[in-house]
Amino acid sequence: MITAPTIEWLLLSPLLVLLGGAALGVLVEALVPRASRYLAQVFLASLSIIAALALTITNWVSAEPTIAAMGSIALDRPAYLFWTLLLLFGLGSLALFAERSLGNGQSAFASSAATVPGSPLEREADRLHREHTEIFPLLLFSLFGMLMFAAANDLLTLFVALEVFSLPLYLLCGMARRRRLLSQEAALKYFLLGALSSGFLLYGIAMLYGYSGGFHLHEIADAITAGTGSNSLLLAGIVLVGVGVLFKLGAVPFHSWTPDVYTGAPTPVTAFMAVATKTAAVAALLRVFFVALGGARWDWQPMFAVVAVATMLVGSVIGLVQSDIKRLLAYSSIAHAGFLLVGVVGVVAAGEGVALSSVSSIGFYLLAYGLATLGAFAIVTMVRRSGGEANNISSWRGLGRTNPLAAGLMTLFLLSFAGIPLTGGFVGKLVVFASAWDGGYGWLVLVAVVFSLVAAFFYLKIVVAMWFSEPVEGETAEVGTPSAWTWGVLVVATLGTIILGLVPGGVLDLAGTAGQFIR
Amino acid sequence: MHLLEIVPAVPASGLFSLAWLVIAIPLACAALLIVLGKRSDGWGHLLATVATIASFAIGLLLFVQMLSADEGSRAVSVPLYEWIATGSWSIEAGLLVDQLSILFVLLITGVGALIHIYSIGYMAHDANRRKFFAYLNLFVAAMLILVLADNYLVLFLGWEGVGLASYLLIGFWAHKPSAAAAGVKAFVVNRVGDLGMAMAIFTMLAMFGSSAFADVNAGAPQLSGTWATLLGIMLLVGACAKSAQVPLQSWLLDAMEGPTPVSALIHAATMVTAGVYLVVRSHAIYAMSDVATLAVAIVGTVTLLAGAWIGSSKDDIKKVLAGSTMSQIGYMMLAAGLGPVGAAFAIFHLITHGFFKANMFLGAGSVMHGMNDEVDMRNFGGLAKAMRITFLTFGAGYLAIIGFPFTAGFYSKDHIVEAAFESNTVLGVLALLGAGVTAYYMTRLMVMTFFGARRWKDDAHPHESPLTMTVPLIVLGVLSLVAGLFMNSWIQGWLAPATGGEVHETEVFSLALIPLLTLAVVIVGVAVGWFLHRGDIPRTAPVTKNPLVLAGRSDLYGDALNEYAVVRPVKGLVAGTEAFDHGVVDGLVMGSASMAGGLGSWLRRAQNGYVRTYGLTFVIGVVALAAVVVFGQLV
Repeated sequence: MITAPTIEWLLLSPLLVLLGGAALGVLVEALVPRASRYLAQVFLASLSIIAALALTITNWVSAEPTIAAMGSIALDRPAYLFWTLLLLFGLGSLALFAERSLGNGQSAFASSAATVPGSPLEREADRLHREHTEIFPLLLFSLFGMLMFAAANDLLTLFVALEVFSLPLYLLCGMARRRRLLSQEAALKYFLLGALSSGFLLYGIAMLYGYSGGFHLHEIADAITAGTGSNSLLLAGIVLVGVGVLFKLGAVPFHSWTPDVYTGAPTPVTAFMAVATKTAAVAALLRVFFVALGGARWDWQPMFAVVAVATMLVGSVIGLVQSDIKRLLAYSSIAHAGFLLVGVVGVVAAGEGVALSSVSSIGFYLLAYGLATLGAFAIVTMVRRSGGEANNISSWRGLGRTNPLAAGLMTLFLLSFAGIPLTGGFVGKLVVFASAWDGGYGWLVLVAVVFSLVAAFFYLKIVVAMWFSEPVEGETAEVGTPSAWTWGVLVVATLGTIILGLVPGGVLDLAGTAGQFIR
Repeated sequence: MHLLEIVPAVPASGLFSLAWLVIAIPLACAALLIVLGKRSDGWGHLLATVATIASFAIGLLLFVQMLSADEGSRAVSVPLYEWIATGSWSIEAGLLVDQLSILFVLLITGVGALIHIYSIGYMAHDANRRKFFAYLNLFVAAMLILVLADNYLVLFLGWEGVGLASYLLIGFWAHKPSAAAAGVKAFVVNRVGDLGMAMAIFTMLAMFGSSAFADVNAGAPQLSGTWATLLGIMLLVGACAKSAQVPLQSWLLDAMEGPTPVSALIHAATMVTAGVYLVVRSHAIYAMSDVATLAVAIVGTVTLLAGAWIGSSKDDIKKVLAGSTMSQIGYMMLAAGLGPVGAAFAIFHLITHGFFKANMFLGAGSVMHGMNDEVDMRNFGGLAKAMRITFLTFGAGYLAIIGFPFTAGFYSKDHIVEAAFESNTVLGVLALLGAGVTAYYMTRLMVMTFFGARRWKDDAHPHESPLTMTVPLIVLGVLSLVAGLFMNSWIQGWLAPATGGEVHETEVFSLALIPLLTLAVVIVGVAVGWFLHRGDIPRTAPVTKNPLVLAGRSDLYGDALNEYAVVRPVKGLVAGTEAFDHGVVDGLVMGSASMAGGLGSWLRRAQNGYVRTYGLTFVIGVVALAAVVVFGQLV
C-alpha cells in the first residue's frame, strides 16, 4: 500500500509561489496580447518574488526549523537566510531585466532570439519593436531552482534543483540584444561546460549513494559516523560533488567559463548570475559539506583550502590585466568566490568564544557582495556609447568629470569590493576571515588578506580611470538616464553598502541567528 | 627599567563628550563643499578655513580643561557607538582624548588652520580652489580620526582616509601626468603599508578579542616574544609606508608634485608623522620585543641618513625639503625605537618639526609664488632682499632645523641624539652625523636661494606674497624659534602617563659633552655648506661622476629598488598565472589535438577548441583535487 506523501504547504509556499508565478507567466505569454505582455509579466514576476519574500520572512520568524516534503527540503534558519538573500537579489535582477529607458524603450535582450544575427528577419523584428517577455518567467523558474538548491536535503533534489536553475540561465545568456554572436557563444559554452559539471555531480552522488546507501544528507552523515562504508567511494564522492558545486560557484580550476559567459551574457543576466547563482552555490556547498560530509571534514578542508587559494590567486591576479569592465567584474567575482571559500573552510559552529558561525558570516558577506555587485552592474548598463554599453575601460576615462554621480556610486561599490573600511565589503571580509581564523585556518586568512589587497588594485584601476584621467573626446562614454527600476537598484545598493559598513550590528545579529543547519 | 603605571581613561563628561565635533565639523564642511559643487565656489574656501579654526578652538578648550584636571583623569574616552558586534568580540567606535592625542589635535588643527589661511592666497588663481579646500578639510577630518581613535580599527579608518586625501591632493593637478603618476605611486606604496596594518589588526583581534588600545595594552604583557616581535614588525611596515621610511620611502619625493600647502600640511607636518604616532601609541607591544624596537631604531637611523643624503644633492627646493622631512622623521622614528625613554622626545620633535617644516614649505611656496612656480634653486639667489618676510621666517625655520641654540629644533633634536648615545654608541654617532649633514644641506639651500648673485630667469619678478600668505609664515616662524623653549621642561612629564615613559631631568642649556659635540658638528656642517656654495653657482647642474651625488640625485635608487623588488616580481606573477591559465593548458590541448588529428584542423576550429580547453582545464582540475584529497589521506 502506498501512503500519500505529506506536504507542508504553508512552509513550502515561497517555492510554490515562485513556481506558480512562473507557470502563470507562460500562460500570459500565450494568452495576453503582445502590447500589454511586458506590463503583465513585470507585474506578475515582481508580485511573485515579493510574495515569496514575505512568506519566507513570516516562516523565518514564526516556524520552527523542520525537514519538509518527505525529507527533501530542509527548512532551517540558514535556508531562510539564503532564501531571503536570493529573493532580494532576484528582485534586484528583475529590476535590471525590466529596464527599458536606457535603450530608448528597448530592453537589453534580443528582439527575436531565434533569428540569425544580422539577418533580414532580425531587422524586421527590431523594426516592429518585438521583445522577449519570456525572460521574466525564465528568471522566476531559475530563482525557484536556486531556492530549492539552497534548501535541498537530499542529493537527488539537489541535482534536479541544479538543472532547474541552470537551464533557464543558459537560455538567458544567449539573448543579448547587442553582440549577439558573442552572447550565443557564451550560452553554448556555459551549457556545454554546465553539462560536463552536472555529469561529475551526478557521478559523485552515485558514489555517495554507493557509500551510504541513501540520498538524504543525514543518511550520509550517519554512514560516516558509523564508518562502515568504503573510504574510496566516500573520497571520490566528496571530490566529484565538490566539483559540481564549485563549477557553479566559479571557483578555480572550474572558472574558465566565467569571464566569457559574464562578458557575453546580457548585463542584467550577468548581474543575476554573479549574485544569485553564487549565493545558491555557496548555500548548497555549505549544506552538503557541513551536514552530510561534516564528519569527514578533515578530508575535504584541505581540498577547499587549495581551491580557495587558487581562486583568489587567479581572480585577483588576472583581474589586474583586464581592460573590459564586465570581464574585470567576472574576475572580481572569481576572487570573491575565493574569499567565500575561505569562510567555508573554517567550518565554525556557533558557540562560546566564536565570533560568528561560518554560515552567518558567509550570509553577511553575500549580502554585502551582492548589493555592491548589483549596483556595479547597474552602472555598467548605464554607461553607454553609440547605443550600446561601453564596456572598455578606456570609455570610462574621465567619467568623474562628465558624470560625478555615476562615477561616485561606482567608486563606492568598487571600494566595497576592495574591502575598504566603512563599506559593507570591509565588514564582510572581516567576519568571514574571523570565522576562518576561529576554525584554525590562520595561514589561509593571511593569504586571503594579501590577495584582498592585491585585488584592490584592479578596482582602483577603474577608480583612477574615472577620476584621474581626462575625458577623451569621442571615446568617453555617455551616461544614460535610466528609469525608476535601475534607480531603485542603485538606491538600495548604495544605502545597503553604506549601512552595512557603518552600522552592521543589526544585520550581523540577524545573520547570527541563522546559526546552524538541522539534519 | 621602571615603567610608570598606565593611567586608564575616564569616561567623558561635559565638554569632552562633544569631542566628536572636532572631527565632525571639517568632515561636514568637506561633504558640503563637494555636494554643493560650483555653487559654493565663492565662499567655499572661507567656510573650510572657519571650520578648521572652529576645530582648533574646540581642541584648545579641551586642552585647557585637560591642563586643569588632575593627572589621573586627563585621559578621557568618548564612546560613540558599537560598530561591529558579533558573538564574542565587539568593536566599539570611540575616541580617546588623552595627553598624546590632544597634542596632535592642536598640531593638526592649528597648523592646518594656518595652512588653510595661506592657501586662500596661494590658490587664489586656481579654478578648482573650492575642491582643493574640500579635500583639505577631508584630510583634516581623517587625520583627526586617526589620532583620536581609541582602537586600531578606527585608527585604520583614518589611516586609509588620510591616504585617500593625500592621493587626491598629490594628483590635484592631474592635468600634469607627473602629478597623476605621483598620486598613483603614493597609493601603491601605501598599500604595502596597509597590508602590515591589516595583518597587525587581525592578529590583535585574534589574540586579544579586541583592537581597542586599552585591551591591547592590557593584553600585551602576556604576549610571547615571537608574537610581540611579529606584531611590532607588522606595525612597523605600516608606519614605514605612511612615514616614508626606508625601504618604503620612494613616494614622498614624487609627492611634491602636489600644491605646496599640501606638501606643508600632509607631507611634512602631519600625515607623514602618523607612523611615529603609531609606534608611540603601540608602546606596550614594543616593550615586549627588543627585536622589534631595535628594528624601529635601525629604520629610523637609516632613513635619517638617507634623507639627508638625498637632501644634499637635489636642486629642486621642494625635494630638498622632502629629503629633509624623511630625515627628520627618521630622527623621530629613532627616538621612538629607543623605548620609553625616547617616546616623549619623538613626539616633541614631531611637534617642533611640524612648526618649522611647515614654515619652510610654506616659505618655499612663497618663493615659488614670487618666481613663476620655479623650483630649481639654481635659478634663485639673492632673494633675501626681494622677499624680506619670507626670508626672515624661512631663516627662523632654518635655525630651528639645524639646532641653533634655544630654537625649537635645538631642544628636540639634541634630546634624541643624547638618548641615542645613551642607548647605543653606533646609533648615537650616526644621529650626530645626520645633524651635521642637515646643517650642510640646509645652509646650501639658504645660500642658493636667498644669498649670492641673482640667477633669476628673465621673466621672473620676485615680489613679496600677500598678507594671507605672510601672516601664517610669521606665526610659524615665531613658533619655530620659541616653541622648544616653552615645551622643553614640560612635555616629558605631560606625556609620561600616555606613553609609559619615565621623566628625565632636562635643562635649558647644559654644557655636557654630547650637546657641545652636536653643536660643533652643526657648525662644521654650516661652514662646509657656506664655503662650497658661496661662489658662483652654475645655472645647470654640473655633470659629475661622483657616485655619492649621482646616487642622491636619483633618490638613492629607490625606484630601481622598487622596480626589482616589487614591480617585476608582481608582473612576473601576473604573466605566470596567465601563462599557466592559458598557455600550459592550451599547450596540453594542442599536444593531444595534434596527435589526434593534426594541428591545422584543430586551429581552424579554434572556436570549439576553447570549450575543449575549458573542458580539459576542468578535468585536470578534478584530477588535481582528487590528488589533493588522496595526498591528504597519505599524510
